[in-house]
Amino acid sequence: MSKEENTANRPDNTAFTQQRLPAWQPMLSAGIVIPGFVIIGVAFIGIGVALFVTSQNIQVLEKDYTGIETNSSCFKCINPRVKNCNCTINFSLDKLFEGPVFVYYGLSNYFQNYRKYGASKDAAQLTGDLAYFTEPSTSCAPYRKDAKGKPIVPCGSIANSIFNDTFKLFQIVNSRNVAVPLDGKGIAWWTDYNIKYRNPTTNPLKNAFNDTVKPIFWPRPAYELDPTNPSNNGFINQDFLVWMRRSALPNFRKLYRRITEGEYAKGLPAGDYALVIGYNYPVKAFDGRKKVVFSNVSWMGGKNQFLGIAYLVIGSLCVVMSIVMLIVYAKFKFPDEE
Amino acid sequence: MLNINRPRYKRSKLERALNRDVLCCVALLFSMCLVGAVGHFMWRRSLPGTPPYLVPDPQGSLDAPSLSAFYMFFTMIILLQILIPISLYVSIELVKMAQVFFITNDVDLYDAEWDRRVQCRALNITEDLGQIQYVFSDKTGTLTENKMVFSRCSVMGTEYPHQENAVRLAVVDEPDPDQEVVFDQRPRRRREPGWTLAGGEEEEESGSGAGQRPQAAPPRSKAARSAPGDVAFSSPLEKEVVPDKALLQQIVKIDFSGGGWEVDPYLDFFLALAICNTVVVSTATAQRERLSQLSSASVSTGPSYALSSLAQKVGSLRRSLASWKPLTRRASPDCQVLAPEEEEEEVEEEERGRASGRAGDMDALRSCRLVVDSDEVLFEAESPDEAALVYAAKAYGFTLLARGPASVAVRLPHGERLELEVLDTLSFDAHRKRMSVLVRHPVTGEMVLYTKGADYTLMELLGSPCAEQLNDDQRSVAAYCQKHLDQYAKEGLRTLCFTRKTVSEREYSEWSTLRRTALAAMDNRGGQVRDSAVHLERDLSLLGATGIVDRLQDSVPDTIEALREAGIQVWVLTGDKPETAVNIAYACRLLDEGDMVINMSSKDKRQCASMLDCTLEAVRRYPLGPDGAGTDPTVAMVIDGRTLAMALESDLQERFVELARRCRSVLCCRVTPVQKSDVVKVIRDKLKVMTLAVGDGANDVNMIQAADVGIGISGQEGMQAVMASDFAICRFKHLRKLVLVHGHWCHSRLAHMIVYFFYKNVAYVNILFWYQFYCGFTGTTVIDIWLVIFFNLFYTSVPPIMFGIMDRDVSAETLMGLAELYRLGQGEYKSSIFWVAILDAFYQSLVCFFIPYLTYRGSDVDVFTFGTPLNTVSLFTILLHLSMEIKAWTAVHWGVMMGSVGVFFVSILAYNALCVTCNPPANPYWTLQTQMGDPMFYLVCLLTTVVALLPRYTFHVLRNTLRPSPLLLARNLERLAPAARRRWTQGWRRGTRGGGGRGDAPGGEDGSRRGGPVPDLDPSPAPPAPRDTSTTIAT
Repeated sequence: MSKEENTANRPDNTAFTQQRLPAWQPMLSAGIVIPGFVIIGVAFIGIGVALFVTSQNIQVLEKDYTGIETNSSCFKCINPRVKNCNCTINFSLDKLFEGPVFVYYGLSNYFQNYRKYGASKDAAQLTGDLAYFTEPSTSCAPYRKDAKGKPIVPCGSIANSIFNDTFKLFQIVNSRNVAVPLDGKGIAWWTDYNIKYRNPTTNPLKNAFNDTVKPIFWPRPAYELDPTNPSNNGFINQDFLVWMRRSALPNFRKLYRRITEGEYAKGLPAGDYALVIGYNYPVKAFDGRKKVVFSNVSWMGGKNQFLGIAYLVIGSLCVVMSIVMLIVYAKFKFPDEE
Repeated sequence: MLNINRPRYKRSKLERALNRDVLCCVALLFSMCLVGAVGHFMWRRSLPGTPPYLVPDPQGSLDAPSLSAFYMFFTMIILLQILIPISLYVSIELVKMAQVFFITNDVDLYDAEWDRRVQCRALNITEDLGQIQYVFSDKTGTLTENKMVFSRCSVMGTEYPHQENAVRLAVVDEPDPDQEVVFDQRPRRRREPGWTLAGGEEEEESGSGAGQRPQAAPPRSKAARSAPGDVAFSSPLEKEVVPDKALLQQIVKIDFSGGGWEVDPYLDFFLALAICNTVVVSTATAQRERLSQLSSASVSTGPSYALSSLAQKVGSLRRSLASWKPLTRRASPDCQVLAPEEEEEEVEEEERGRASGRAGDMDALRSCRLVVDSDEVLFEAESPDEAALVYAAKAYGFTLLARGPASVAVRLPHGERLELEVLDTLSFDAHRKRMSVLVRHPVTGEMVLYTKGADYTLMELLGSPCAEQLNDDQRSVAAYCQKHLDQYAKEGLRTLCFTRKTVSEREYSEWSTLRRTALAAMDNRGGQVRDSAVHLERDLSLLGATGIVDRLQDSVPDTIEALREAGIQVWVLTGDKPETAVNIAYACRLLDEGDMVINMSSKDKRQCASMLDCTLEAVRRYPLGPDGAGTDPTVAMVIDGRTLAMALESDLQERFVELARRCRSVLCCRVTPVQKSDVVKVIRDKLKVMTLAVGDGANDVNMIQAADVGIGISGQEGMQAVMASDFAICRFKHLRKLVLVHGHWCHSRLAHMIVYFFYKNVAYVNILFWYQFYCGFTGTTVIDIWLVIFFNLFYTSVPPIMFGIMDRDVSAETLMGLAELYRLGQGEYKSSIFWVAILDAFYQSLVCFFIPYLTYRGSDVDVFTFGTPLNTVSLFTILLHLSMEIKAWTAVHWGVMMGSVGVFFVSILAYNALCVTCNPPANPYWTLQTQMGDPMFYLVCLLTTVVALLPRYTFHVLRNTLRPSPLLLARNLERLAPAARRRWTQGWRRGTRGGGGRGDAPGGEDGSRRGGPVPDLDPSPAPPAPRDTSTTIAT
């Protein structure tokens, strides 16, 4: 009988089938991890210092204008019945607020992340597909058609609830208000503006919106959102795009404008300023707060104390751990590690 | 077949524990959903008005907060259902498939003789192999080869020790040096009392106790050692018996030509040996057909094959006269001589027989050849014992030639063919424990009854048959024979007695009427037939007795010792008589010289009860071992079937189990198949332990089915045991690697993987849960729902499965060498470990959520942009957590880990780039791309991952350093370079030799404290060191 036949069932004697694959067997013990702890500790402290210093250099100015307090100039506007209410917030800067300055509006206790709210839009309609102008997606209900059965464009709760306060900033120079130019270009995501949201190709844009109605809360139809700039209308209006990108957390801010032009490109010089607010958005129904935020940004974005401190704490902890490990290692070491 | 139970549905212990933990997860899910519902209710209640972001239903009205909360409960269930690890069940199945693959592919569990691998017949209980606490083993065919070899006999009160035969057996037994290396990779250690691997204090002792002496097998076990693996069924070993010279002379003296027929007991003895059985003689032709089927593939051409056989025959004849040479096949292709094929077979047999007896005594061989060469017949016996006896008779020239329904033909030593008329055959049954053949002698014409049976039954039936003057002779014959029988039993031989009885015509005619009535009886036929047999089998005269050796299988003592070291209690259940069983037990190290052996044998129940009480009283004085089983001076128990039956009755059961729990090993003799399964069931149910039963025959089926893990040995007794088993192995020694290595691995891997799966799901789902606190408990997913699904399906599914399949905490060599590790591996899956994993998952998910939350708080981050770092951080945390659990990183591990991360980024980047408006409510377009362009993303991921894993990492490090587990120490030893390991080992050996008994470990104070037990990983055979206490059974 041949050898092969005798051993037809013999398993393959390979490293894999015999579970003898060469393996690296890391052994987590005090002696080995000390360098790791030291490296992580030092690196983290370095990162932490960089983050902290960067964050310290960022200037932030927040102005709450909800008007809850009776002495606030916006107190008069908090009643929802008051229409077209304007109020002014005055503030002064001691030193130059370095540019480019970003102007945000902030809302608190506002749950843009509410599940049904997030679903209440028609993505196809917002890409400019005219078929969805006449029959918007059912996900928009109850902001899909008005009482007369006319389709709402843009439909849905998100579009309907767009933030509609307006801000104008003036520097008070010799008791004279000098308007600070606010730049509204490029405040939305590039992809939203160029790819995701499209206007219908109809020219003029207004014709695409025939037989549709504007969202219930809107004062003007979508094609007239920005009367000053015809190309900033419809679904690619920058403010609209910023609003449509739902915030992750209930206390948020959204970019409103940037101060990048003229003599203010380098920042806001020290002096007195007046912020004139067109107060439209009701927040009393959800105990919300509204604020305006001036901030300059760095490579790490806005001001963020937390991350720098967290890095410093964890880095220090790792250094302490490495010392502890050193003590442990000195006392209890493996016999083979000498 | 009637006493075979239906197979039990077996579910592994781990899976039972798993189901309990899944229920915990369900409870956790419901409580989290409840928190969500209540939270939503309170959030809605706290709103002073109707904010613009609350979306009414299509009719324009808002649900009441309570109704909304009620709905939210179910929304939460849908959102958080990933907490229930459905995928875990699929993964477990995959892992088990792979484990079965690895077990069946293990070369060490392959048997070349049968060309068989281990078979996994149950696919779902591989991990139970790692949980075994009790092993119940059959003896014959399981511990032994079930290859009976005639060893010695006693005829008419004279013992014929068959020295030449013993020499020949010993030569075959001489272990192959190569094999020693394979099976005895390290010197056997003697287990020091109190020596354990478990705790800190004990370890110190174990270090100094590393005076584990390298120890050779005790001298006596050598005779009992099994043959090398290439001895096949009906091997020459069984077939060829070297006759005892003295006995041969007795036969030569027989006068066949006259009155010698009547009186010569030697003739009778060998006739009884040859014909008192149910052996069927098959012609060589039938055998040839069978063999040629097997060999046909290897035979190239008929003629040259036949030619070569002829050449061999010539060669063999020549060799039989001259010297021994290894067989060479000389064939000249141009010579066209045809020879009958059967001759070739014959020669083949001869050759093999010769080869096995190569170094044997030449004289013995020649005389043997004179007898055997006469002609070749093949015997097919019901039991190996019968075959052994027929071959023994043949060795003395009494060749069974043919067996027909009414006659039996025997060739006598001088060549005459004797045809005997068979009048009746009283077949064997378990009650009589004997069988008889009634024949009419052709020469003398008288009727003779030859009976063969167990000594204790036959001895009672001896009487005075024919003449008064023989009476004294008979008595002395019986007395001597009994003495010899006792001696045989002490040597572990299986004994049988042979008797004869002359039946007169009158007695026969009376009896045959009785017999016919019995055979024709309608009811209780079996009983009546038996009674009729008993009627005839009396007043027998003793001819002699035989001792048959059933050799231990390869490495059985090592295996049993390893199992005992592993903390497994070993029971051997056998039908043999106590003396034989005890001897085998010592030979296979089931019983040790140091053991305190309790002998339980009682006639009635009262005695049994008092015996149990006394013994229990005595044994209780010894402290229980640390594992709650077994005592310090190891106690062993020997109990016979009758006592066992009494002890298993409900009133004594508790006490018996209590006693058995304290016994390291138990030997049950003369037990029935049903008793075997009863014992297993009682121990399994009363002690709540994991049991393993191993057996080879149909009588073990009950036991195999009753045990948690049933192992069948595919041997010579058919397939019933294998069919009923969960795993089928070929040799008992395979049990060692199957249980100690594969069992440990399978359980450890699966346990770790299950815990990891629970952790993984909880850690991930909780991130979604924590977000609910910041979205009014409205069920928003912060991560795109497809990515949530993909996360479990693609990104984190393969690494744990690979972990479950391939992780290797300790190498096979170490596990085999340090059997103690087995018991330590049994506690890998406990509910405390589960809850620690869940708590760790909670902590990690908190970190993974709140560090990004605190970073992005108050900023203009949108939902999925915030979700992206959460998802990424979870991936890294979960994968790195696994990396800490992986004990051995192979290329596969690296590939899978890197692959998972790669697939994560590539697929999400593709998804975020291609999906502009797909999956409508979601808006994942370009989010990961945006985040990856922001340095903050990396900083958040880095910090979060480090903080999430820091506690576990630190805990691992500190535990490994301050209180390393024995498994870790064992792993640590493997890491030593081979040279260092050898140095260690050699130094240790020197210490052992110099110091004699308990040599000090050479690692100094530190080494002995921390190093613990040091397995000798050097594969070279151990230098034999004499054992201080070694008693031999065979003197």
